[in-house]
Amino acid sequence: MQGNEHRVDGLAGRKLMEALREFDFGVAAICGGMCSCATCHVYIDPEWLSRLQPAEPAERDLLAELRHARPNSRLSCQIDLTDALNDLALTIAPEE
Amino acid sequence: MSTLRQIVIVGGGQAAAQAVDTLRRRGYDGGLTLLSDEPHLPYQRPPLSKKFLAGSFERDRLLIRHAGFYSEHRIDVRLGYRVVQIDRDQMQVSGADGSKYDYDALLLATGSRPRRLSIEGADLQGVHYLRTIADVDRLGRELVPGRRIVIVGGGYIGLEVAATCRERGLEVTVLEMSDRLMNRVVCPEISSFYEEEHARRGVDIVCRASVQGIHGDEHGRVRSIICSDGNQYIADIVLIGVGALPNDDLAVAAGLDCANGIMVDAHCRTSDPRIYAAGDCALHRSHQCGGSVRLESVDNAFEQGTNAALAMLGESPRMPAIPWFWSDQYDLKLIIVGLSTGYDRTVLRGRPFDRSFSVCYLRDGELIAMDTINNAKDQMAARKLVGQRNRPILDRLADTSRPLRDCF
Repeated sequence: MQGNEHRVDGLAGRKLMEALREFDFGVAAICGGMCSCATCHVYIDPEWLSRLQPAEPAERDLLAELRHARPNSRLSCQIDLTDALNDLALTIAPEE
Repeated sequence: MSTLRQIVIVGGGQAAAQAVDTLRRRGYDGGLTLLSDEPHLPYQRPPLSKKFLAGSFERDRLLIRHAGFYSEHRIDVRLGYRVVQIDRDQMQVSGADGSKYDYDALLLATGSRPRRLSIEGADLQGVHYLRTIADVDRLGRELVPGRRIVIVGGGYIGLEVAATCRERGLEVTVLEMSDRLMNRVVCPEISSFYEEEHARRGVDIVCRASVQGIHGDEHGRVRSIICSDGNQYIADIVLIGVGALPNDDLAVAAGLDCANGIMVDAHCRTSDPRIYAAGDCALHRSHQCGGSVRLESVDNAFEQGTNAALAMLGESPRMPAIPWFWSDQYDLKLIIVGLSTGYDRTVLRGRPFDRSFSVCYLRDGELIAMDTINNAKDQMAARKLVGQRNRPILDRLADTSRPLRDCF
């Protein structure tokens, strides 16, 4: 499922990582959303990136150490889904 | 592709969920049965002692995969089903209800269970262990502000519950048998840091406490804990967190090689090539520390659950990864990367006072493990650098202005 673009619709109130898991998009999310394992790493479609709340320092620090990090990298466990994010487009990043 | 027609998985935790996920994702389309003695679909255990116990995490968010996943992937899930026997000749497992399941390949993902204290009063009302959702439901009901909980064991479970209980307004005492907290997993400097933190939050920590018995009232309800030095601790609730034992009884009875865990090779195969084991119940040769290890962690369950599935399908296992563990207490995120067994030196990176620092463990000059506290940068870097036979330059290691990768 890596490398394909996905659209996420619904599940407002949940974390994006939980939605990806719910939709069976193949994120490992080993730590269950503690911003620890970076196995829920995604690339957000650039058009959507600015509509997300910016990353907290802990997330930025983790992303900075990832081999596959790109400017539009985020950890999906740190993103709260809202109705405004319906149809959010993203790609699952490769495993570290 | 393999010629398997029927795979049976015994157990319903992280390793089991990971194995079924991997099998279907890799194209296995034969019969797949998951037999779990719990009444719930596979769920995440780490939040049980933290957010879920605190009441700030909804029950259905614990599930590793939602119910629809199992039906969509044609996984025959039997909950509340206890396997009582493995017949290796017939290649069949039988349940407590007398039903039988044939297998071509069998995965034992039976997990571990809390070690019970065999002391007087351990079966009184109000004495708890913590492993399952049912355990948390029982314990959670008792956590009323102002009540006194005495926790036996200053390891991960005990300390996470201590933190949660303080945040819920209970009076908390931790009785630890050894001379320091988390003594089997971290160095004395980290133990002291956590001891000070818990004390600052109002937890009464007692080390070198040898629990002798639990006394109850006339209703059979816990009243106090007595230690061998004569000290007595009044308790409305007792939680015992003194380690876990592997659920290897089925494997032992079936004659598989076991030694405090089910022995497996790098493919998670047991001494019977048709039977695999993964997760807390499995004992494997560690490529890092040489000896046999049994790891109780989500990461290990994930890796081994994946590898067992790959091996069943005739595929190569994943690259051996460095094990890692985490514990959340208050706002402190402890992440342990690697196995520090046999370390001969530690180097501190940063200041504990800042509540963000790391400790590097070295053996013969090589970086074998790292503990990071609220330090995401070091943690992620450590996952790539620890256990690779890398030899850090010591004064660089202590210099936090230098990224970890530039310390070699």
